[in-house]
Amino acid sequence: MLAEKDKVFTNLYGFDDWKLEGARKRGVWSNTKELLALGQAKIIDEVKNSGLRGRGGAGFSTGMKWSFMPQKSNGPSDRPHYLVVNADESEPGTCKDRDIIRFDPHRLLEGIVCGAFAINAHASYIYIRGEFVNEAKNMQIAIDEAYAAGLIGKNACGSGWDIDVYLHRGAGAYICGEESALLESLEGKKGQPRNKPPFPANAGLYANPTTVNNVETIAVVPEILRRGAAWFASMGREKNAGNKIYCISGHVNQPCNVEEAMSIPMKELIEKYAGGVRGGWDNLLAVIPGGSSTPLLPREICDTVLMDFDSLKAVQSGLGTAGLIVMDKSTDLIYAIARLSRFYMHESCGQCTPCREGTGWMYRMMLRMVRGNAKLEEIDMLIDVTREIEGHTICAHGDAAGWPIQGLIRHFRPMVEQRILDYRKQAA
Amino acid sequence: MSAPALTAKQPKTFAFTADNLETAKKVIAKYPQHREASAVIPLLQLAQAQHDNWLPVAAMDVVAEMLEMPRVRVYEVASFYTMFNRAPVGKYLLQVCTTTPCWLRGSDDIKHVCKSKLGITDGETSSDGLFTMMEVECLGACVNAPMVQINDDYYEDLTAANFTTICDELAAGKTPSIGSQTGRQGSYPLNAAKKAG
Repeated sequence: MLAEKDKVFTNLYGFDDWKLEGARKRGVWSNTKELLALGQAKIIDEVKNSGLRGRGGAGFSTGMKWSFMPQKSNGPSDRPHYLVVNADESEPGTCKDRDIIRFDPHRLLEGIVCGAFAINAHASYIYIRGEFVNEAKNMQIAIDEAYAAGLIGKNACGSGWDIDVYLHRGAGAYICGEESALLESLEGKKGQPRNKPPFPANAGLYANPTTVNNVETIAVVPEILRRGAAWFASMGREKNAGNKIYCISGHVNQPCNVEEAMSIPMKELIEKYAGGVRGGWDNLLAVIPGGSSTPLLPREICDTVLMDFDSLKAVQSGLGTAGLIVMDKSTDLIYAIARLSRFYMHESCGQCTPCREGTGWMYRMMLRMVRGNAKLEEIDMLIDVTREIEGHTICAHGDAAGWPIQGLIRHFRPMVEQRILDYRKQAA
Repeated sequence: MSAPALTAKQPKTFAFTADNLETAKKVIAKYPQHREASAVIPLLQLAQAQHDNWLPVAAMDVVAEMLEMPRVRVYEVASFYTMFNRAPVGKYLLQVCTTTPCWLRGSDDIKHVCKSKLGITDGETSSDGLFTMMEVECLGACVNAPMVQINDDYYEDLTAANFTTICDELAAGKTPSIGSQTGRQGSYPLNAAKKAG
């Protein structure tokens, strides 16, 4: 369990003042100049050694990602570098970055100063989803406060480093959470993912070296530098280090966000913070553990699984964004997944044929599965469709669209079959 | 579940107000020289906000000219992103989230209120022109489900009863309180005892 003193997001719920004065009381901006004095190489090393893995879903080592940026020592690079913060939070089940932005925006800004300095960037864009209108207002106020106080801008925090921070609002497109689609959108185009390589570290925003990091990732960086890599690594299991904001939604008694250590058992997380499953743990049917794209897990697995990257991967799911969607036994699980299929169909950018057409196929097949109006062999055909899309598109949207269906069939095939048999019986 | 399709009834012209022109200049200055196209989404948002929450083609053309972009590039942005309404909408745009986390907590009840009380379903506007309802995808407030975005604001922890009250208040010209309708702070555990201090 995470000790109170180890918590980073101490204003997660917004009980305290979110503006500059309040942030300073929570320790934000307390010694940013000293943190930058560590130097770029040392900062990247600390972040690497802390074991911080990206909090946006993919879980890639943040320090490693930063080290892919062209180094000054590797030859003069006159191209500007950019740090882009991904605040396009849209994965169903996920609502953690929103709380950081509206209730602790200065923590994000301090992280931006540290991160931008580490990767040689003098400009940073925060790309926030368009629907977060009020959250964007808070963020802009925080940016204005930070400029006025000399914390960002020229000679940020008296460090000698210049860093401009700009807020950019999206306009409603889940796909812009994919980093290259986000960059396209930021350049003023439709948000359609780019072919990789080149990766953003070489050719990102305006074809310049760019790192895209999630809000939560960037926001914990100053605390890692202040308290040391060993402190961060001491939380959670090896290779799954640190703290994490979990979002617990669905059929629980007290839906909430909570900051806890990585690797906390799922059952403990749900029972201790979310007031338990509606009707008790035995009434649990399944949990989607990390946002809509991670395959669901039946109760037997939820009994023991730990909430971290490797533990959830071992049960053929994933930590993703750590947005848990809890479903009790009253749930029509087939519809719950079909509704996610509709989400992926709606949000496909339309660029790659397998995804554009396949997400529609999957949704229409899933709708028939909900009623049972299908043949038994179509279950395998549906799985085939997910496999045909997987890996055959520019980005992972097509893959992600298939995973929830694969999870459903993997663990609840008898339920899907029964629905078909019942439908036939009724029709006869 | 998507923005209204382009309307045939288009105003002939559109012009930014003097204030909005100033704002537009500041927005464009956020981006490097020759990268002004980056400002297309913010400028379209500005235009839509000025034009009763919908975006006529004439406004897209004005933005294209300001940013020196081919018109078609602006049109495709305006049609790609769901927040651009290319046809008139009611005074209150009800964006009802129905994705799984909201559905699990009763978004069907919210849809039912729209139908029974306001007489509208997905994409429809009430006869008095006050309300337009859209079924939308996840708005990122899942632990406060079910929720509806009305114009700029989120209304969370909804039930058929409190959503009905919100609609009544809006219709009466009042401003209902935004955020959680159960009075909880942010994403703090629902129904939990209030944090001391």
